[in-house]
Amino acid sequence: MSTDTAEIEGPDILKEWVGKTRTYEKSFNPELYHEVQQFIFREARLQDIHDYDAWEDLWTDDALYWVPANGTDTDPERQMSLIYDNRSRIALRIRQLKTGRRHSQTPPSQLARVVSNFEFLKSEADDIKVMCNAQIFETNLRGDTMWSSRNEYSLRRVDGELKIAYKKVVLINNNKAIYTLSFLV
Amino acid sequence: MDGNFKSKWDELIQPGMVHGSLYYDDAIFKEEVEKIWFTTWVYIGHESEIPDRNDFVTKSIGPMPVLMVRDSNGEIQLLLNRCPHRGNAVCVQERGNRARFTCPYHSWTFSNTGDLINYAFPEGYKGTDKSGLGLGKVTRTASYRGFVFGSMAAEGPTLEEHLGGAKRCIDQLCDNSPTGEIEISAGFLKHRTRANWKFILENECDGYHPAFVHSSIFSVADSAIGDLYGNDAVAVTRSFGNGHVEVDPRPEFRRRDKPMSWFGTSAEKLPDYVAQMNAAYGEERARQIMIDGSPHTMIFPNLFIAEIQIFVIQPVSANESIQHSTAIQFKGAPDINRRLRQQTMGSVGPAGFLLADDTEMYERNQRGLEIRQPEYLYLKRGDFRERRDEDGFLIAHSTDDMPSREIWKHYRKMMEAK
Ligand code: FES
Ligand SMILES: [Fe+2]
Repeated sequence: MSTDTAEIEGPDILKEWVGKTRTYEKSFNPELYHEVQQFIFREARLQDIHDYDAWEDLWTDDALYWVPANGTDTDPERQMSLIYDNRSRIALRIRQLKTGRRHSQTPPSQLARVVSNFEFLKSEADDIKVMCNAQIFETNLRGDTMWSSRNEYSLRRVDGELKIAYKKVVLINNNKAIYTLSFLV
Repeated sequence: MDGNFKSKWDELIQPGMVHGSLYYDDAIFKEEVEKIWFTTWVYIGHESEIPDRNDFVTKSIGPMPVLMVRDSNGEIQLLLNRCPHRGNAVCVQERGNRARFTCPYHSWTFSNTGDLINYAFPEGYKGTDKSGLGLGKVTRTASYRGFVFGSMAAEGPTLEEHLGGAKRCIDQLCDNSPTGEIEISAGFLKHRTRANWKFILENECDGYHPAFVHSSIFSVADSAIGDLYGNDAVAVTRSFGNGHVEVDPRPEFRRRDKPMSWFGTSAEKLPDYVAQMNAAYGEERARQIMIDGSPHTMIFPNLFIAEIQIFVIQPVSANESIQHSTAIQFKGAPDINRRLRQQTMGSVGPAGFLLADDTEMYERNQRGLEIRQPEYLYLKRGDFRERRDEDGFLIAHSTDDMPSREIWKHYRKMMEAK
């Protein structure tokens, strides 16, 4: 398979926002593309309709869910992130939402998101690495909010089914002060 | 003066009752910026955020940005980011390292001590004295144990006089580090909040709400925080005067008598940290520090030390504020620092298990005040059971409104001053 290394040229500030080197797959596998896209659309729908159990089922046992703050390739082991959940903290997040007393989600945010611009990344291991963009419209008691992000996934086949081993959500305005973000992003 | 004269503050702030307009009136907000934010000592940042010469980071005093700089001599400077020529910003980066700031508009260049070094085409300024054309500075700067404060007032109490009894809390925090020093090095989460800054300020030592606002997380995680704020809690609230208040859970932790119980863990789980503490303070003192834990203190008007994290409250307008929060790190104690970060990331910021819901309450309060009856908020809980501790500080039950009453007392004093 031929690949493309997208080295971001220019000042550091740009790398901070677009990310450091990522190697994109040049070859196109229509079946895989279709399967992955359908899987991520399904994830998006489960998040939009707050189907917490079904969403939690999408994750592998060793999953990592990361929403950095103040940049794209920060070090989550040194810097604050908005979310930096291992599998047990994902479960805790879901348990809290399911109490019905997570006030910032009671009533739940009304959501519709659009996910697009899928691109596969070169992957060393068997994991399928894919990037995409998301736009989310949220309306809740406070009002209407638009969210925009670049997402990065590692997907893994477990007993034939795709699962999420890693999801990183880089909010485009993650260096600014942002409103409460308590729905599943 | 007429014996019946009542100032507007007599109307707005009554014993245990404050008027709703104090939270939404734009004119009152403007007055607060002058009489509180541009007068008193305001927390700016921590020295550890700019460890090297020429480091700088953008901070604020109320709605006004401030550059906290370590200048080329290693001294801390609080510079105002406004070009003396026509007002442009001399720096648009949030943080970085540079010895000079050059304004992009007409290229005036300033040292990081704020002095004007050069302007473009200097022939046009023949005979001009550069010394009066440097960057503005925060009028007074002082730090206490690495915490840097600034005041825009030329006169007034010293920082130590302002902090008063609350100094004990900063000392107590630093004692939890085996080196006696803390670091603020993990960057801040910035949480935009459509509510007045005083709702945030008052909530920080409100021990009445956790059992309700945070019941969702208490019920699914094993957390001992809930016990501190129950009806039967032995924790107390304390007022130090000048608007500084704390929730002091030490009576509860001393009853438990278990080192690191304050942090929801045990000494066995943090062997390196405990060994460092014993070596630094001796076993007896170290044990006491590790039983008492870290403070829960609101330093008026904007620094909240929440045991393992700090919050900096920034007012934007009458109806909008930003909460800046980050994990405290104990210098030289890596095994506890990771836990401090992990717990902080779980709890605070826009997605935090705790703060998302606190913030939801602030915003609902703010909207609630658009309903104009009743006009006043009711803050009398526990007013009959306030008492003095052995140092003469006012204390009350951990769920009482005493901290709010004390904040408003100080607020009124500042707002009434000419
Ligand atoms: S405004 Fe800065 S040099 Fe003119
Ligand atoms: Fe709270």
